[in-house]
Amino acid sequence: MALSGKAWKYGDDVDTDVIIPARYLNTSDPAELARHCMEDIDASFASKVASGDLIVAGKNFGCGSSREHAPIAIKASGASAVIARSFARIFYRNAFNMGLPIFEAPDAVDEIEAGDRLTVDMERGSLRNATKGKEYRFTPIPPFMRELVAAGGLLNYISKRSNSQIR
Amino acid sequence: MGMTLTEKILARHAGKEAVAPGELILAKVDLALGNDVTSPIAIQAFRSLGAAAVFDRERIALVPDHFAPNKDIKSAEQVKMMREFAKEFGIVNYFEVGRMGIEHVLLPDEGLVVPGDLVIGADSHTCTYGALCAFSTGVGSTDLAAAMFSGEVWLKVPETLRIVLSGRPAKWVEGKDVILHIIGEIGVDGALYRAMEYAGDGIAHLSMAWRFTMANMAIEAGAKNGIFPFDAATKAYADGRAKRKYEVVTADPDARYADEISVDLSALEPVVAFPHLPENTRPLSKVGNVPIDQVVVGSCTNGRIEDLRSAAAVIRGRKVHDGVRMLIFPATQEIYLEAMREGLMEAFVTAGAAFSTPTCGPCLGGHMGILASGERAISTTNRNFVGRMGHPESEVYLSNPAVAAASAVLGRIGGPDELP
Ligand code: SF4
Repeated sequence: MALSGKAWKYGDDVDTDVIIPARYLNTSDPAELARHCMEDIDASFASKVASGDLIVAGKNFGCGSSREHAPIAIKASGASAVIARSFARIFYRNAFNMGLPIFEAPDAVDEIEAGDRLTVDMERGSLRNATKGKEYRFTPIPPFMRELVAAGGLLNYISKRSNSQIR
Repeated sequence: MGMTLTEKILARHAGKEAVAPGELILAKVDLALGNDVTSPIAIQAFRSLGAAAVFDRERIALVPDHFAPNKDIKSAEQVKMMREFAKEFGIVNYFEVGRMGIEHVLLPDEGLVVPGDLVIGADSHTCTYGALCAFSTGVGSTDLAAAMFSGEVWLKVPETLRIVLSGRPAKWVEGKDVILHIIGEIGVDGALYRAMEYAGDGIAHLSMAWRFTMANMAIEAGAKNGIFPFDAATKAYADGRAKRKYEVVTADPDARYADEISVDLSALEPVVAFPHLPENTRPLSKVGNVPIDQVVVGSCTNGRIEDLRSAAAVIRGRKVHDGVRMLIFPATQEIYLEAMREGLMEAFVTAGAAFSTPTCGPCLGGHMGILASGERAISTTNRNFVGRMGHPESEVYLSNPAVAAASAVLGRIGGPDELP
């Protein structure tokens, strides 16, 4: 799958409270969550993000709470992936369990500016910045994560395992 | 090859002799928990599996605490979904309003988490139980759904950061100050993907309440878990409560640590974290003049009886400043009752503070004390992110309960020693 669109650039330590503020956690409806995605640091994001666009951020993206509403809101906003220097661990888990592709690409992150046209090739593990005419490699996803993705997410993976696993 | 506390507990639950950092394991969970924000998504996911039963009716805990008592219709619907699910699948540990509390204080107090356990929860502060020498970590709702079905969770064995504590903390320095100091030193991603394991003779000076506070905020340093060794204090806490038999785990003397830092507790003064990250810490003496509008004492970080005692000792016989609203949230019904018995509630109310039924409430900007634009709060909670307690242009400062109470009287951030 190719992921392609404009870059939305943010800084370090983007936390789950700005990705989706807690005042909206009384629902789990993806469309409604998407309307408030990134609202507290970028009020224009939810209305202007186009399908395929990518979020690019610094270190520790998704720090804070365990709310799966965060990757759900990003996915439902139309954004196709998140590229960051590093991710907070629960966000990392949740993104894979939900099927939101995320990549750690420290070199690329520094040079990308807001509005750059980006294309990610997940299979090849590459990221192209058409605006700047540059190409980057990123760390491939660990085999176990690929297995999860191949099974269609954590729930499908678990349900395929035999009943003997259940205590 | 020796193992750290975290590695030992993970190995035991994965049915292995040994595990090493970086290894992916499938481990059995002793308890899986969810709250009113994360359970609805987990329940929908669980139902999509079409399972006839949960893995174990006694090893799942569902606690409506974030927006409970229900703040609006949507919250009421979310809790209704939990309640009906608990009934349908015979889940024993569902805690209704009036019998509930904030999950991370309630579950260990009820003896549902015991030393040596492996606990996962769809809430980032699940790491709190590390105080009991258990491995516990926050996961997402889908992980909770999978665990409710299979009783297992996939985990990557973390590297361990060893934190050696020495010395005795000075007056007014509490567990909160120790963990804020550590986060200030290593940063909000200073322990990313790692376990934080405490060691050293300084631990003997830390009460269980303080250890819970410190393990609770491991996530604020990016850690997977925070864990304390088992000692006499752990035993005294667990023995009256534990609902299951437990086995004591100790770290091997030749365990390998990725890093080590040390903290001299006697050198610390109270610490305040400035907006908008817990790592923006300053010693109390360097805070300067910061006027405040609201003070919050409570949460899974500092809503225990020891915390209320500490705040009440400062506020007793004094008055909350004219321009300040002070809100007290005991973490559980049991703590609420105890605060009543000990006269703490009377001290707070007489001083002009509001005393609430247990809820997460303002900690996450949910309800019961939301900030307007430009307002400033000092709070004993764990996060001071943009918009955490309300308006995106409001500010949250983090401190221990004694400093929060002193600030309520002063009308600005300050310590108990500044009070007349
Ligand atoms: S008190 Fe605050 S941090 Fe603790 S569980 Fe509730 S919302 Fe989360």
